[in-house]
Formats: sequence, C-alpha cells, structure tokens
Amino acid sequence: MTDTLPDSLTTQSPMGRPLRRKEDARLLHGQTNWTDNIQLPGMLHMAILRSPMAHAHITHLDVTPALSEPHVVAAFSAKELGDLNGAVPCVWPVTDEMQAPAFPALAIDKVRHVGDCVAVVLATDRNAAFDALEAIEIDYEALPAVIDLEAALEPGATLVHDAADSPGTNECYTYHLPGTGIPYDEAKAKADVVVKRRFINQRLIPAFMEPRAVVASPMGVSNEMTVWSATQIPHILRVLLALVTGLPENSLRIIAPDVGGGFGGKLQIYREEILAVQIARHLGRPVKWTETRSENMVATHHGRGQVQDIEIAATKDGKLLGMKVNLLADMGAYLQIITPGTPLLGMFMYPGIYKMDAYDFNCVGVFTNKTPTDAYRGAGRPESTFAIERIMDELAAELNMDPMELRKKNWINHEDFPYATIAGLVYDTGNYEAATAKAIDMFDYAGLRAEQERRRASGDPVQLGIGISTFTEMCGLAPSRTLGALKYVAGGWEHCTIRMLPTGKVELITGTSPHGQGHETAWSQIAADILGIDVDDIEVVHSDTGRAPYGMDTYGSRSLAVGGQAIKKAAERLIEKARVIAAHQLECSIDDLEYAGGAFRVKGDAEKAQPLAAVAFEAFSAHNLPDGVEPTLQAESTVDPQDFSYPHGTHLAAVEVDTETGKTTLRTYVCVDDVGVQVNPMIVEGQVHGGLAQGIAQAMYEGVEYDEDGNLLTASLADYLVPSAADLPSFTTSTTETPSTTNPLGTKGVGEAGAIASTPAIINAIVDALRPMGVNDVEMPASPQRVWRTIQEAKAATA
Amino acid sequence: MSHIPISVTVDGTTYDSEVEPRTLLVHWLREDIGRVGTVVGCDTSSCGACTVLLDGQSVKSCSVLAVQADGQSITTIQGLAEGEDNWHPVQTAFKECHGLQCGYCTPGMVLATVDLLGENPTPTEAEIREGLEGNLCRCTGYHNIVKSVQYASDLMSGGAR
Repeated sequence: MTDTLPDSLTTQSPMGRPLRRKEDARLLHGQTNWTDNIQLPGMLHMAILRSPMAHAHITHLDVTPALSEPHVVAAFSAKELGDLNGAVPCVWPVTDEMQAPAFPALAIDKVRHVGDCVAVVLATDRNAAFDALEAIEIDYEALPAVIDLEAALEPGATLVHDAADSPGTNECYTYHLPGTGIPYDEAKAKADVVVKRRFINQRLIPAFMEPRAVVASPMGVSNEMTVWSATQIPHILRVLLALVTGLPENSLRIIAPDVGGGFGGKLQIYREEILAVQIARHLGRPVKWTETRSENMVATHHGRGQVQDIEIAATKDGKLLGMKVNLLADMGAYLQIITPGTPLLGMFMYPGIYKMDAYDFNCVGVFTNKTPTDAYRGAGRPESTFAIERIMDELAAELNMDPMELRKKNWINHEDFPYATIAGLVYDTGNYEAATAKAIDMFDYAGLRAEQERRRASGDPVQLGIGISTFTEMCGLAPSRTLGALKYVAGGWEHCTIRMLPTGKVELITGTSPHGQGHETAWSQIAADILGIDVDDIEVVHSDTGRAPYGMDTYGSRSLAVGGQAIKKAAERLIEKARVIAAHQLECSIDDLEYAGGAFRVKGDAEKAQPLAAVAFEAFSAHNLPDGVEPTLQAESTVDPQDFSYPHGTHLAAVEVDTETGKTTLRTYVCVDDVGVQVNPMIVEGQVHGGLAQGIAQAMYEGVEYDEDGNLLTASLADYLVPSAADLPSFTTSTTETPSTTNPLGTKGVGEAGAIASTPAIINAIVDALRPMGVNDVEMPASPQRVWRTIQEAKAATA
Repeated sequence: MSHIPISVTVDGTTYDSEVEPRTLLVHWLREDIGRVGTVVGCDTSSCGACTVLLDGQSVKSCSVLAVQADGQSITTIQGLAEGEDNWHPVQTAFKECHGLQCGYCTPGMVLATVDLLGENPTPTEAEIREGLEGNLCRCTGYHNIVKSVQYASDLMSGGAR
C-alpha cells in the first residue's frame, strides 16, 4: 500500500482558504430539497384560520360547515382538538416569579394578537383547504388592544392574560443585573457630565426568504413520526416535540432539509409544527403546512422591540464613570422558546468595549397584543450595542470631543486582556486599536471630516455625516453552566462524529444545522486539514436526527466557535485510533509514527508509510487488528465551550443627508472585523455583508408598525421594506486576526457581527450630519419623512 | 371549478395539463408537474424568488396564470443548464463570487440576471442594482450578487467589459 499515498500529500492545507462552496452546485441548479417540495401519498394540506383581531373574546366558533366543503377531510378548533391541543413551550423562565401564561396551539376562548391561530382545515388539496376556511363560523367580541409598553404597565391597563391565576399585570418579569463595580449612584455623584437618552429599538421581522413549512408523517421514513421542518433547530425541536406531544422521543425523527435562511426566526418551536404532528398522529396521515408570506408577517416571531432608557456618567475630560440601563422589552402576546431571555442576552454587553466603574441593568418584560418576539440576528446584542455606541456619540457631543477620541480614551487596551468587564464577563482577547487604525485608514476619516467642515461652512443643503461603531459581542453560545445559571433549560455543547468508511471516504456528522452558512464546505476544511485528506472526500451530514442524532443546532454565532471544537477533537481522536492500527501494520511502536499528509510514516524511514485510507480498510476488514482494538474507524467528541468568544470591530459610515427632503444616502461603509482565525474568508466576508444589510436596514428601512387597534400595518413585503440591491451600496470590508483563546481553533463567531455593529454606525452618521441643526437623535427607521420631520422639530426648538 | 387545457413547454419538455383558471404558473410548475426548483417567497409579487424565463423574458411566475403560459416556452433554474455538470455562465459566476448563501432567492436571482445581461451585456453597478430591484435576497447584502453579475458579464462577453 505504501506506493499509493494520497494526492493530498502534496496539496496545501485547506484551512484559511476561500474555497468555493460544496453546497452551490445543487442550489444553483434547482436540485434543492425545500420542505415545501415534499409530497407524500395520502398527504393532507393544513390551512389555518387566524384572528383578524388583536384582542377579542371568541363568542361563537363552529368548524363543522367546513367539513362539507370539497376535498375537506377534517377541521379542528381547540374544542375538537381537546387534549391534542399542545401548549407551546418557553424554555427560558428568566426568574422564578416570571409570568408564564398558557400558550395553546389553537386559541381557547380568546385571541391575543392578529394572526393568533383559531382553527385548522385539512384537505387533500391545498387551495381547497384555504377555500374551506371561509366556511368556518366565528364571531368575536373586541377587547381593547394593549399596544404601548408604558401604558401596558399602568394600573388598570387592559390585561393581555387575565386567567384566574394571572398576577393581574402585563408585566412578565423584572430582571436586575448589578455591575461588579461600585453602585451607579456613587459613580454618578462624581460625574461632571451625565447624558441621558431614550432610544427606541423598533420591532423587526426576520423575513428569511423561505417561508416556514412543516410536513409530519406518522408513517415516517421507517414507521416513526418523521417531521420535516424548515427549522434552525431540528435537535432541540425533537426534544420539545416529544415533551409537548407525549410521543416518545425515540420515535420522533426531525429533518431540516435545505433551509432558506433563519436569522433566529427559525430558532423556534412553532404552534404549526405542534399542530401538524398532533393532527397527523390523530388522522394517521401525513400533514403538510406551508406558510404564506402574509402569514409569516403576523405568525413568525418578530425581533427587537425595546424602549431603552440609557444614562451615562463621565468626567469633563471624557473618562467614563458609569452606565445605567432601564429597558422595557416587548414580549408580544405569548412567550415563545426564548422570548423572555432574548433582551437579557444583551445585558452583559451594554458596557461594550469600555472601562467604567459602575453599571446597572434593569429590564421589564411586557405583554402586548402583538406577535410574540424572540431572537432575531444578534438577539439582545444589537440592542445593547446600539445603546452604548449611540450614547458615546451623544457624550462626545456634550463634551465637544471627537467621538473617536472619546472611544480611544475609554476602551480596553490590547495589553489589558484578558479583561474582566464591569458587567461580569471576561473578554479573552481583542485589539481595538489595530482594527480601528485599519478602518480609519481605509475610510479616510480625516479627509471626510475635512469635507464635512467644508459642507457645513458653505451651507450645502446636502450635509455629510460620519458614524462610528466600535463594537464587540459575545458569541459561541454557550458554556452549559452559564446557561444553567441564567435559568435556560438546555446546555450549549456541540457534537461531532467522524467516520472513515472502508473506501476512504469520510462522513462528518455534525450537530449544527446550517441554513445558508456553508457548513458543508467549512466543516470539511477543518477536518480535511487535520486528517490530511481531500476536502471533496468528506461528506458533512447534518440536520437529520436519524443520521445526526446529537446536536444543539445553529444560532447565536455558535456553530464554528463551539461545533468547530468538536470537529477538531473528533478528527484528532480518529487519528489516534488509526495510529494504533497503523503501528500494528507497520510493526513499530506508536511513538515511532508521525502523521502528516494523510499517512502515517515511521520516523527516519520514509519508505515505511501507511495511508489513513488503508488503515480504514483494515479497521473494516478487521483481519489483523491489534489485540483490544475494536473494528471500524470512527471517533466522536462532544464539547462544552469553556467560555464565550468576543468578536469585535470598527465600523465607519459616511452618509449624505439632503436636509431639504430628509433623504439619506449611504455613501461609504467601511468595516474591519476581528473574528479570530478564519476557516474560509470568503464565507466570513459573505456573513459580514449579509449582517451589514440587515443592520443598515434596521437603521434606514425596516420597522414593524401597528395601529392603535393592534392591526399590523407592515403586513407584506410590499409594506415592510426589506431592502433591495438598489437600496444598498457595496461595502468595503477587511479583517484583523486576534485569535480567541477560549477555543483551540482560535475562532470566534461571525454570523451576527455585521447586524450588531452597523445600526448605530448609520444613525450616528445621520445625527452627525444634522447636529449643527440641533438634532441629537433620529428614530429608526430613519426614513426620509422621519428625518425631515426631525429637522423641522429641531429648527422649531432652536428658533 | 372547471378546468382548462394548456400545453406548455418547460425546460424543453412539453406538458399537456388541465388547470383551474386561478392556478398561478408557479403553483402549476411546483405542484402539477413537479418542477420544484422554482420557489415561492411571497404573495405580493415583491420578492422575485419565483422568477422564470417565459419565451426568454424574465417574469415572476406568481404573477402569471398557468393558462396565460399556454403555448409558450418556459426556462426554469432546472433547465438553464441541465445536470449538475453543466453550468450556465451566470451559475458559474454566482458560485465563483459567492453570490448565494441559503440559495432560496437564487433561482430567481439567476434568471433575472440572465434576462438583465441579455438586454444589457455590460451593465454598470448602478444598472445591476436597479435591474435586480425586483429580487430580494436576505443573506448576501447583494454585494456579492453584484460581483457575480459583473463576472457573468465578463464570462459572457469574453472580457469585453
């Protein structure tokens, strides 16, 4: 065998190279397997009757007329469903006292948001199922809708949940996190300057391109209940579906086939998934449901939705002393999987990259008659980053300092790491100086400031604004003990099994669940590097609990930071097992073997070598294994991360604001991100681009609007402004590389960085352009109308 | 509901079918003849995920009734270059320039690009952005889609750009 060493011996390591993606051939040829593609014999289509009212009693509901409509097989309201009407679970009860109201899959007696599920029809034809919804008889008696967060907490406010055991308030919980330093009031007493602002971090819709879909088949792939779902979390979904439905977990198989984006919106167990499973089980037939986009806008959870009261105290020469945060967080009508915890994911990050002596965080979760909120790209950290980076600019204006100088004066210097923050985290590494220096250089900060001066002096109606965001975030969710301390029910580990088959091909079985991130390519690069084999000889198996039974799925920029560690360890363990077999074959001690380029070689004797594939065949045939060594060549690892990782970066935006029309044009966007070691820089850059687009969209374009009756006014993609190519510029991106020390690959996360960093950069830029006119804030999204109105208000105030 | 006979050529194969008058072309493609490479992203003709070529022109197949396609020829993402070993230059460019992530908008984005480059073989960045305005992508921020279209233009015009 020694004369057939693999070609990869001569190729360079695949790590750190912009390899084109394995996924793309099928995606570009339409050879895709979206959940909605699935057709099964006897399959029924489910259509859902949703509430058009935000808050109402159901005074009459009769589904029986729907049963006489063509092709209809069954129809259910909560009454007919009875015990099968499962309750949607929340896995993050953030305090012992938290109000956790019942959340039935089909509403019982009362509806609590537009889009609430009231009844379902099952038909053999999809259009017939929709048509038959018209036949259902239903009457509502409207109740006042709870919309405004502050009004919701006033005494005597209408209650979203008024069951007998309700505590009689719309408050879901209050959570207090004191900082690790001195009390805030003590720091404030020493301050020369205190700046206070209220920021509105508006509701957003994840708007992934593939609408949700689920197919539940009681006949399954092998007679178990197989559920195909467009989800980010097949493994977590399996556990929760078992708990909710009572079906044995070992008879549930969850498959997330090709999934078209998620951004947190598919990090969920949705009532439609529960209904599909329960009804499929009840009728003994496969059930399919695919969301329309109009349903998606009201029924898929929303993100953000916070009122942020922020106070920062400093000395007159710009040294930060302390920060106080008071949040109202909109829960919406019900608690979904991590609704209450989402705003708390930001509570450690309000101090950002800065040193200060005091910190105080308080958050009140509030029920409203709106779609439930939950994770959306960044989940808590975009909100905290927005608050700190916005108020740093306001403080700089108050102190008449350059906002970049204020940041430099207060940030954690690179030699200070590891650094214990005032919020109680330990940032392992970072180099804010390096990322900022690079960004300033690429951006031509001095040149743009000079142009800004010229335009201000000449009274140009189009003013130039420069926005800064020097952000960090915590990602790589998460050390299981930390999650436990925060009362999150599950752990944060990740799993990998690597198996070399007798033919030399490798199956890499991961517990992550990609939906656009390119894991099939990047995971192959990590394993190919360690195994010394070709990237194309590795097949990444994922997102099917039948083939990849262990995992904690993909969210919170965790897949590489946590899952990557499991890949590395499993690959190293596979080599160690192979080493024992190879030593036996080569008749030497394992200590005499070195492994490189896909083959074991005897040190000092280049002629004696054994390719890994040959070892794999020996492990398969098992004709001549050393005593005590089990056949087959595979290894696994389950890794609990030791800590979070902390990507950071410096983002700079230059906008032109037409002060006569309020129209903002994003002229230049430069960012330098430090995401540690990069496995595939092409994928990293793509993740940054996509995050930027979503963060910029929050600043300029997107915002959920409800009227006072709780009607969603932004209820379609025609009304909710997901930006098109024409709404965005090209970006100038770069990286610095400060390896993380919390994982052996030195990687951090990158999935959320762009979305976290960019929103304050844009708003800071718009405010910077308009500050001479007396503007010190602009609400998001900064539409032309809103910017124009802000200018008029500032003019009126200063007149 | 009465059904109407239609005959439509899709990716080189002619399908004779009977459809309800209200059936959208995209639903007929996906559900009646199983061409599931074309996808549905919205219900307001906003996203462009369902874009196909109808007699060579890009159309949102959610905005065309199946009966309106009677007698015409449709190219979907599955027929642009048959088989995973055959690549249209636009497909090649999207792969080379990482112009896709989740891939759900990709069928529409690719076919809209084919039409765009047919009308304007060497578009400027602004023309590309305006030309693809009817196709939404949530993953890429469009940066690499623009690069993909530019690279496809290079490939198709032999570097004439």
